[in-house]
Amino acid sequence: MNILTLFIVIPVLTVIGILFTKDLKQSRLVSAIGMTAQLILSGILVYLYMTERSAGNMAPMLFTFDVLWFPALNIHYAVGVDGISVAMIALTGVVVFAGIFASWNMEFLSREFFISLILLATGVFGFFISLDLFTMFLFYEIAVIPMYLLIGIWGSGPKEYSAMKLTIMLMGGSALLMVGILGIYFYSVPEGGQLTFNVLEIAKHQIPVEMQRFLFPFTFIGFGILGALFPFHTWSPDGHASAPTAVSMLHAGVLMKLGGYGAFRVAIYLMPEAAHEQAWIFIILTTISVVYGAFGAIFQKDLKYINAYSSVSHCGLVLFAVLMMNQSAFTGAVIQMISHGLMTALFFALIGMIYGRTHTRMINEMGGLMKVIPFLGVVYVIAGLASLGLPGFSGFVAEMTIFFGAFEHIDVFHRVATILAVSSIVITAVYILRVVGILLMGPIKDHHFDHLPDANWYERLSTITLVVGITFIGVVPIWLSDMINFSLAPLMEKLASIQLPGM
Amino acid sequence: MSLIDILTMRNELLLTFMAMILLIIDLNLNHAQKSRMIPISIGLFLVVTLIGFIPQPDRTLFGGMYHTNGLVQLMKNILNIGVLIILLQSVAWLRSPANSTKISEYFFLLISTLIGMNFMISSGDFLMLYLGLELATIPIAALAAFTHFNTKSSEAGIKLLLSSALSSGILLYGISMIYGSTGSIYFDAIGASYTNVPLQVLAFIFFFTGMAFKISLVPFHLWTADVYEGAPINVTSYLSVISKGAAAFILIIVMFTVFKTLAPVYKSMIYLIAVLTMTVGNLFAMRQKNMKRFLAFSSIAQAGFILLGILGTNKMGMTSVVYFVLVYIFSNLGAFGVVAAISAKTGKENMDDYDGLYLTNPKLSLLMMLSMFSLAGIPPVAGFFGKMFLFTSAASAGYYWLVFIAVLNATISLYYYLLVIKAMFINKSENPIAAFQSDGYTKVGLMLCALGIFVLGFWSQVYEFINNLSFGI
Repeated sequence: MNILTLFIVIPVLTVIGILFTKDLKQSRLVSAIGMTAQLILSGILVYLYMTERSAGNMAPMLFTFDVLWFPALNIHYAVGVDGISVAMIALTGVVVFAGIFASWNMEFLSREFFISLILLATGVFGFFISLDLFTMFLFYEIAVIPMYLLIGIWGSGPKEYSAMKLTIMLMGGSALLMVGILGIYFYSVPEGGQLTFNVLEIAKHQIPVEMQRFLFPFTFIGFGILGALFPFHTWSPDGHASAPTAVSMLHAGVLMKLGGYGAFRVAIYLMPEAAHEQAWIFIILTTISVVYGAFGAIFQKDLKYINAYSSVSHCGLVLFAVLMMNQSAFTGAVIQMISHGLMTALFFALIGMIYGRTHTRMINEMGGLMKVIPFLGVVYVIAGLASLGLPGFSGFVAEMTIFFGAFEHIDVFHRVATILAVSSIVITAVYILRVVGILLMGPIKDHHFDHLPDANWYERLSTITLVVGITFIGVVPIWLSDMINFSLAPLMEKLASIQLPGM
Repeated sequence: MSLIDILTMRNELLLTFMAMILLIIDLNLNHAQKSRMIPISIGLFLVVTLIGFIPQPDRTLFGGMYHTNGLVQLMKNILNIGVLIILLQSVAWLRSPANSTKISEYFFLLISTLIGMNFMISSGDFLMLYLGLELATIPIAALAAFTHFNTKSSEAGIKLLLSSALSSGILLYGISMIYGSTGSIYFDAIGASYTNVPLQVLAFIFFFTGMAFKISLVPFHLWTADVYEGAPINVTSYLSVISKGAAAFILIIVMFTVFKTLAPVYKSMIYLIAVLTMTVGNLFAMRQKNMKRFLAFSSIAQAGFILLGILGTNKMGMTSVVYFVLVYIFSNLGAFGVVAAISAKTGKENMDDYDGLYLTNPKLSLLMMLSMFSLAGIPPVAGFFGKMFLFTSAASAGYYWLVFIAVLNATISLYYYLLVIKAMFINKSENPIAAFQSDGYTKVGLMLCALGIFVLGFWSQVYEFINNLSFGI
């Protein structure tokens, strides 16, 4: 069997396994086994990928596998990965693994919880390995829909409202996407050829520019909604705040990356001319996302809302980088996706753990937690420092590369946008340090918190996995950026080859 | 005409025999034995359904009035499967004391309408089409008023009868104009001689209006909600699935053969009606509290999607419509089956009553969830593929904005489908519907639905099979 298909088979088998379990202990054990296998498989994939590349395999996609599914419409089940998808798969593997351990004590309807969670993960893995737009879209929706149940049943606060809002907005996004994908399909080949959904096939031809102008906004906004593009980001704070811990982790950590990845792989790659023409609109919107998200985070009192807004800001940066359309910016975008994925998952895991002890998420009600739960406190500080872009952690590498790429544009518009976006780093520092100061330092405000237990083994496992990831990328970014750079070659070639009116 | 020729009409003949046999057996049963009619009827119908799958050559009878081919046979088989599921799902309701003396009437009437639909799909001229349509409609009115001691049910019967009569009148008027302007009632002859003079356009509009009543397209949908609510649940599911499916089948055949030269004219009209139907159906469905009314409006919205396939006016369009109806049968019957099972046990039909259902009846809730997802078009269940292919066929004709409106409507519909899921899975209830066991027939019926919803999407051979039989303009 193709190694990539295993990424779908293992979660599905895990789900079937969970169906036969009886209580929390059994179902979490099965999930943990399944997702550990998945994590190991991701590791193997990274290793195999590196070996293939160093052996000189120059194909744009490796480990490809292709079966005709609906011959009448030429729909295939086509999978394949390049460095970027491998990196995203590895990220997903880590976050899902950490997510399972972060929800180790999910008492209520535990079987159903783990099934929904793993179904969501299946959708994400499927999305990253797909080369066929149809299957990609299918997996995209599979990843979105379990969110409704996950937030609605196991969430907190105004969970029904948030779950509905999130689902409807994301499905609205997929409505746009559907139009984009169908349009791409019908113009995928020159007149008379066999229409195809395969990304690689479509990239060989140029979609007529008038069609691109029409389809690009659909596709980009469609993916952008999932990537929290302003003004379509409003599902994100509510959704994240109401979601249970593991779901926030997965959602902010991985699911929002589907937006960035898709915008990059489908919208920009297949429609570069229109992307060039219309980028300015979206650069304005993403700059607003970046700055507004960061400002929004300053004014929040709820830990989860702070992180949700910070995710809007960071994911906005991904889309911002994608729109800059040069090698460094693209590399930065991918590193930022990975870095933010790990970081935000870590944040949400920590918030869940702190909430599980203090039963509040309001920062004003807490204080001096570093003294009672030093392990969680220290990890929180690490996550915070990574988030504000301290060298040595992944966030620095990502933001550095993005702004480096963005600054390569010498016109005033790009410069201004870049400078505004850079300012978000400062604002990020403000809200991160503010939270760290109030939450962890100072005297213990509430004496109910005097004897809180520190992290236990599964919480440590969950957080340490993520911290290792963040530091690893921060210290040896070259490994990751090599992998990405190589895979950007086809895209850069395509961008270089296009004839732009007036350029 | 030889015996072989007569056997071409095997579906209609077998069903007629079956209806007769049921009446004769019923005469010989005393009061206490009436419930034996249930296994007998279902058994006989299963045989008819299975015989339908034996391949037979294309043939034309009565000088072109009646014809059959692979596509027609497939459509009949699809309807048969749907009816079989409905029969299985009605058992619990038929066994209630109020219906104990009327069991064979139910089967007889249901099969009569099915005979009408079979003739309608097989028709090769407008006379046969009209006869089939009437035969299909009148027994349904009787079925809708089946629980005649219930005012709402009688009301439903009368409403259905009156609106059907009106629509038949309009349809017949359209047919008369077609005959007047072309001198023929045969599909082939009309198709060849249609020249789009204003009278012929008017004739088409009248014909389409008549059919729009049957499929309950907006603005001809006003009878739907009341009839669906008043009629017994199984009759409602028959109306919303089989009746609608059969009408959609014959409509697309007629549009693609008889009125093919009219395509440039009717496209803008169908565009508008599709948008109206989807939007109005959805907006009304959102506010419904009664599950039957809810499903009624949702089925109006679903009918709007079918028009997208017709707009494609190509082979892909027809394939998508037939495939969508097939998927829709399983998804909608899954939903109706759960509603019927709960109503037969507890008499509860409101969405509020479903609060906390998952904790007491997890299997029913899961099937309901699958059906809702399938109706909303969420992968990986079959409804996603059905909708996706309809959108693809509309996009193939360049209707991107229509596709956008349709997908937005699918998103809106997801809202109210999620409300049902929310009631079952998220809402808490003081006194939820107690756990119960359904009878064997219902279980089989529900399992067939679940199987269909799961398998049809992945099983691409089904789509290919339909595609090989379809045709475009």
